[in-house]
Amino acid sequence: MDSALGSPQTILVLGGSSEIGLAMVRELCGPHTRSVMLACRDVVAGERLTVDLAPLAPQAKFVVTEFEATATDDHQGLVTSAVAEMGDLDLVIYAVGQLGDQHKLENDPVAATALWTANATGAISVGLAVAAQLRAQAHGTLAVISSVAGERIRRSNFIYGSSKAAMDAFFQGLADSLLGTGARVIILRPGFVHTRMTAGMKAAPFSTTPEKVATALVSGLRTKSRIIWVPGLLRWIFMVLRHLPGPIWRRLPL
Amino acid sequence: MPKTKGTVVSGWGRVPNSRSQIHDLSPEEAASTLLEAKTNFTSVHQPSIPHRGMLPRGRGRSYGDAALNSGGHLLRLRDPGPKGIALDIERGIAVVEAGVTLDSLLSVSVAQGWFLPVSPGTRQVTVGGAIAAHVHGKNHHRDGSFGAHVDWIDLLLANGDQIRLTEHSDPDLWWATVGGMGLTGLILAAQVRMIPISTSRCRVDTDRVANLDDLMELMVTGDHHYRYSVAWVDLLARGTSLGRGVLTRGDHAEPEDLGPRAIGLRTRAAQDLLAYRPTRAISVPRRTPHLLNRWAVQAFNQAYFRSAPRHKVGEITSMGSFFHPLDAIANWNRLYGRHGFFQYQFVVPFGQEDALRRAVELVSGHGAASFLAVLKRFGSGDAAMLGFPIPGWTLTMDLPAQADGLSHLINDLDDLVIGAGGRIYLAKDAVSKPEVITAGYPELARWREIRERVDPEQIWISDLARRLGLLQNWNR
Repeated sequence: MDSALGSPQTILVLGGSSEIGLAMVRELCGPHTRSVMLACRDVVAGERLTVDLAPLAPQAKFVVTEFEATATDDHQGLVTSAVAEMGDLDLVIYAVGQLGDQHKLENDPVAATALWTANATGAISVGLAVAAQLRAQAHGTLAVISSVAGERIRRSNFIYGSSKAAMDAFFQGLADSLLGTGARVIILRPGFVHTRMTAGMKAAPFSTTPEKVATALVSGLRTKSRIIWVPGLLRWIFMVLRHLPGPIWRRLPL
Repeated sequence: MPKTKGTVVSGWGRVPNSRSQIHDLSPEEAASTLLEAKTNFTSVHQPSIPHRGMLPRGRGRSYGDAALNSGGHLLRLRDPGPKGIALDIERGIAVVEAGVTLDSLLSVSVAQGWFLPVSPGTRQVTVGGAIAAHVHGKNHHRDGSFGAHVDWIDLLLANGDQIRLTEHSDPDLWWATVGGMGLTGLILAAQVRMIPISTSRCRVDTDRVANLDDLMELMVTGDHHYRYSVAWVDLLARGTSLGRGVLTRGDHAEPEDLGPRAIGLRTRAAQDLLAYRPTRAISVPRRTPHLLNRWAVQAFNQAYFRSAPRHKVGEITSMGSFFHPLDAIANWNRLYGRHGFFQYQFVVPFGQEDALRRAVELVSGHGAASFLAVLKRFGSGDAAMLGFPIPGWTLTMDLPAQADGLSHLINDLDDLVIGAGGRIYLAKDAVSKPEVITAGYPELARWREIRERVDPEQIWISDLARRLGLLQNWNR
């Protein structure tokens, strides 16, 4: 159960080796935490990650399980086993995200579709399974990591951007569908985040860190926020960018 | 007919909240509603998801999640007002339906010269809730908790049976139910022993005290002269003013106390010694922003402290303003805005004054604005297994839920309280942890056994029980 401070007792991270997802777990772990499940592709790597997390939550049980975002047939089973393992899901984080290399993807439809499946289709599939559980237990939060790249699609990363736009739009609808059920969805829209995924890239203006995204989630859990921009200023910047005439938008060095 | 609707509800602190099927019903309808809900348990949601049980709920005045049952059923008895109350005006014995609020009971009993044996800070709680939370009042140091003044209760068990329970018919179940937070069954009716009063006013002595040590000393040396005693504490004051407060103590006024110059006696209505018309002056609008921020509370605390008399004796006040000052502002919980607040109340045994002082230092050092902070000395406890009071000091504070750094503060306070041999109050809790409850309530294991005997299927469950692992199998 969640406390009045929005501190979840159970956390399920889908994409459990994601840096942002792990930063969130680190931020949320404490004496109140009872169980944490990292669902990731590489179970061995996931086990290693729990070693660092365990001291943060002395009362918690850590479980690592295999999760492949593109294997949508397995998603319902994963949610069912997570509930069997942990009880009510207080917080579920969807942290899967692939950036890909835009130039290669444009010439590789198979790889581009795979990226879309992980970022969007997989999110939809597991998101619906999680939402059914949250609706039944009538409380709990599904936090998903979207991106400002989905807010207005750019030439330079439209395959990634469009996949984030799709999942973002889907979760907005899912959030509405959960209104009045006691459960809710939080959509995080970070700008450029310094992680392995973006290593070596030139940082965009208003770049941020996994820790800042995690802090934003923690305060979002305490309040009733639905969409959280990180940093918050991006909300106002994109309010302008979204309405720029196309010819100007395309000339911006983004 | 019971009225059923699915809706999102919360406790008085407005967080956390969750959705439940709420059944508004009369005591006669309770058993059939319970059995019908049980037969539908698996079909409400996917069969793969276990049932979410049911829980009694009164007026939702417990602060946290004690009266929440996310995804399950809530059984709420209606308050039929005077029709639900049979008062023996000779002996002061009240037989009431459990959905009757203390407000309704007082509106009948005061005019007949009878008052509640124990009155919590609000009269908007039900009799059933008062027993289930085993509430205490300003007279705990003398009279104990609410359940000590109840002769019998009618209890609806999980299997649909209805039993009349007394302390002697089944002592285990009695003391598991009194203070049992509704987790042994639904209380349908109760017989309460009222106390006689000869006027509807109180005679109050007030002392303004410059710091915590002086305040505690004044309480230790003088509380036994009064039936009622409570201190308001300024938890934002620091340094030499740490824990400064205003101590109010009093008793029911006798007719001779009401001299001609006493308040309000010039009007005819007021000349009626037992006149009782508690006012509800204002109501806070629904979408009020968070007004009780640090600065507002600091200003209030300063003004309240400065305006209190240094030492005043024999002031005559109405019972409403003495016992239930906050009831004058309907929906005052909205002053904390939509993000809500929670209340933290703990007790540490006598001899652990250092722990109390340290707790006040922690809260004051954190700077979280606590609008309502109350210090009281408890008298002896009783056999209620999950009953809160033990002989010692209890401190209560409101904290806005969205303030920063509260998790750390609560963890520190929990450690301090448990280290001092104290405990926290379940009816207020929305932030604690299972091990804090296990350590604070040594009778929890026995309570579980007795509960299991009357509810082996775990029909009764609350979000509080889920969060704190009160039942055998905590993560359901």
